[in-house]
Amino acid sequence: MTNQEVKNKIKTEEYFVNMGPQHPAAHGVLRLLLTIDGEIIKNVEPDLGYIHRSIEKMCERDSYQQIVHLTDRMDYLSSHINNEAVCLTVEKALELEVSDRVKVIRTIISELTRLASHQLWWGVMGMDLGALTTYFYAFRDREMINDIFEETCGARLTMNYNVPGGLMFDIHPNFVKRTKEFIKHFKTKLPEYDRLLTGNVIFEKRTKGVGILTKEDAISYGVSGPVARGSGFASDVRKHHPYSAYDRVDFKEILFTEGDTYSRYKVRIAEMWESMSIIEQLIDNIPEGNIKETTKAVIKLPKGEFYQRVETARGELGVYINSTGTKNPYRVKFRSPGFSNLSVLNHITKGVKIADLVATMASFDFVIPDIDR
Amino acid sequence: MNFLMMNIPLNITKTIHDWIFSIMPEMAANITEWVLIAIVYLALFAVAGLYLVLLERKVAAWFQLRLGPNRVGPWGLFQTMADALKLVSKELTSNDRIDKFLYNLAPYFVIVTSLMAMAVFPYSKQFQGFDINIGIFFLFAISSIGVIGILVAGWSSNNKFSLIGAMRSGLQTISYELSVGLSILTMVLLTGTLQLSEIVEIQRTGGWLILQGHIPAIIAFMIFMIAGTAETNRAPFDLVEAESELGAGFHTEYSGMKFAYFFLAEFINMFIIASIAVVLFFGAWLSPFGITEGITWFPEVIWFLIKVLIIIFLMMWFRWTFPRLRVDQLLTLEWKYLLPLNLVNLLIMAIVIWLNWTI
Repeated sequence: MTNQEVKNKIKTEEYFVNMGPQHPAAHGVLRLLLTIDGEIIKNVEPDLGYIHRSIEKMCERDSYQQIVHLTDRMDYLSSHINNEAVCLTVEKALELEVSDRVKVIRTIISELTRLASHQLWWGVMGMDLGALTTYFYAFRDREMINDIFEETCGARLTMNYNVPGGLMFDIHPNFVKRTKEFIKHFKTKLPEYDRLLTGNVIFEKRTKGVGILTKEDAISYGVSGPVARGSGFASDVRKHHPYSAYDRVDFKEILFTEGDTYSRYKVRIAEMWESMSIIEQLIDNIPEGNIKETTKAVIKLPKGEFYQRVETARGELGVYINSTGTKNPYRVKFRSPGFSNLSVLNHITKGVKIADLVATMASFDFVIPDIDR
Repeated sequence: MNFLMMNIPLNITKTIHDWIFSIMPEMAANITEWVLIAIVYLALFAVAGLYLVLLERKVAAWFQLRLGPNRVGPWGLFQTMADALKLVSKELTSNDRIDKFLYNLAPYFVIVTSLMAMAVFPYSKQFQGFDINIGIFFLFAISSIGVIGILVAGWSSNNKFSLIGAMRSGLQTISYELSVGLSILTMVLLTGTLQLSEIVEIQRTGGWLILQGHIPAIIAFMIFMIAGTAETNRAPFDLVEAESELGAGFHTEYSGMKFAYFFLAEFINMFIIASIAVVLFFGAWLSPFGITEGITWFPEVIWFLIKVLIIIFLMMWFRWTFPRLRVDQLLTLEWKYLLPLNLVNLLIMAIVIWLNWTI
């Protein structure tokens, strides 16, 4: 018998497995309907809706100041950047120019948020691949950022620091000192991350050539963030459509061309270095200025449609506000990075093994409430 | 009938042995002694298991910048006892359409095999439960039964994740059994005996086997450690449980004490693999450079335990550092690298012995 004849003779049966809504690799309540043949994945069908809170609908009810506080419940690991997105949209609509001080502080805290998010991702990525220790290393360093946040605005995770027109209050007197301490600390710890995971033979075997996303697919599926940049698609909003103080700092847009899980990993590791560099450039000379522009107690946006995008830790977040001139928006729509990134998952994980699906999902860095608003 | 005579102060075991034989007829005394030995081994089993669980948690905490258990008892020493108490008191739940008979049988397969394997190790000169002339062969035979328990558990659970775990376990354990076997065979070739106590005796005069056997012995040890870790289903080879992929694999559907059996067996298997390594490569209870050779009251079992703990620590180090392999990489490692290397190593060992290059 030839090989093909043997293959024709042996019949295997496909079966369904529910990965989630409660599954350690789902990072939340994401349900994946898997069609599996042995260990080979034939189809991945994401089933959303398990954590839907109709945030966009709630936004239509609320005033513009209130909307801000809903957004940090979406992507809770990029809460500050999410808030900033709404504030920037409202400011754009009002044609309100915030002071340099606000811009710089917003940028610094955005980058700290990005660092915290990437740290958590790194820990979870290791955990998904079976190396639990990474989780604790990441939390050790993330704790320092959370402490800074706590001192700045009282919250550690769902920050409420941005308001339309500026910031809620000025930075804490310790802010600069503690941020510098953190950067100094993390510069010694980031190489440790590399020593533990990046150079590991098993890790390289598990991630190199796994879940390859081509640049063409990345563009056509609307993928953004580190996932897109891992495929060589230059999509960094901070670089191409600068907002806040990103036009006055010097940083590289990290691009890797392989498009596999390993390159997505490398992008985020390199981005952590870039974020630190951005903070270092700004932290020493935060300009003086107003911390908040005066706005009316009830903000009314002019009639029309307004759109602003920012780069969160997961990719491009777009905020679309349709205003009829009243005190609350007629329609709000968020273009969340996770949703578009998830759409490509089925395409790139056909024919891989279960373990590869987990590794690929980890490299996408999903935050489910961001997908399922 | 010289088992149960640990070379410890006052020869307690000898006293007990003489006392039992003095008060009852020989047959009854023998049976009593067997029961006593069984109890001693069960106690050893339970204590070793519980202690290893605690050790793993402490080691993990040390690696992961945590404190680990430190509330129950001094330094958290009673933590695992509290855990065991909790597991005993838990309800034994199961899902609806399990294969009841096999489902209940599976944990015993796993636990009984590890229990039996513990009987043959020479813990010290006189503390060996079962000194047979085919000791190593016995270990082989026993250790290959454990996989049946895991396969049966995964199959009977009526859970697809468990089934995947069980299938992985089957291919993993059976594949790595070869490497474990061949690396042990290399050392059997060197010593020329299958009896564990004799293997130790050979090392008393000629030095530890890892030194006697030169490079092939070192290669055999490395292969044994890799394959042994794989056989105990521990990271980086813990595909059978793979909590991030399969939830918990083959024992997802088990609760309470049945789960505890699987859990305990994993730790005892680690102890067994470390014990084999110590007996075959590091001279079992023999002290390094014979430093306690002349001291008659010194309990030699301490040396055995120290060596075992060092190797167990090594295995824990693997676990808390490495990511998990993928299933095809696992098989590639075994069939394309370890097995051919092992066969070549066996040949080299044969040449070394033929040319009389051993120390």
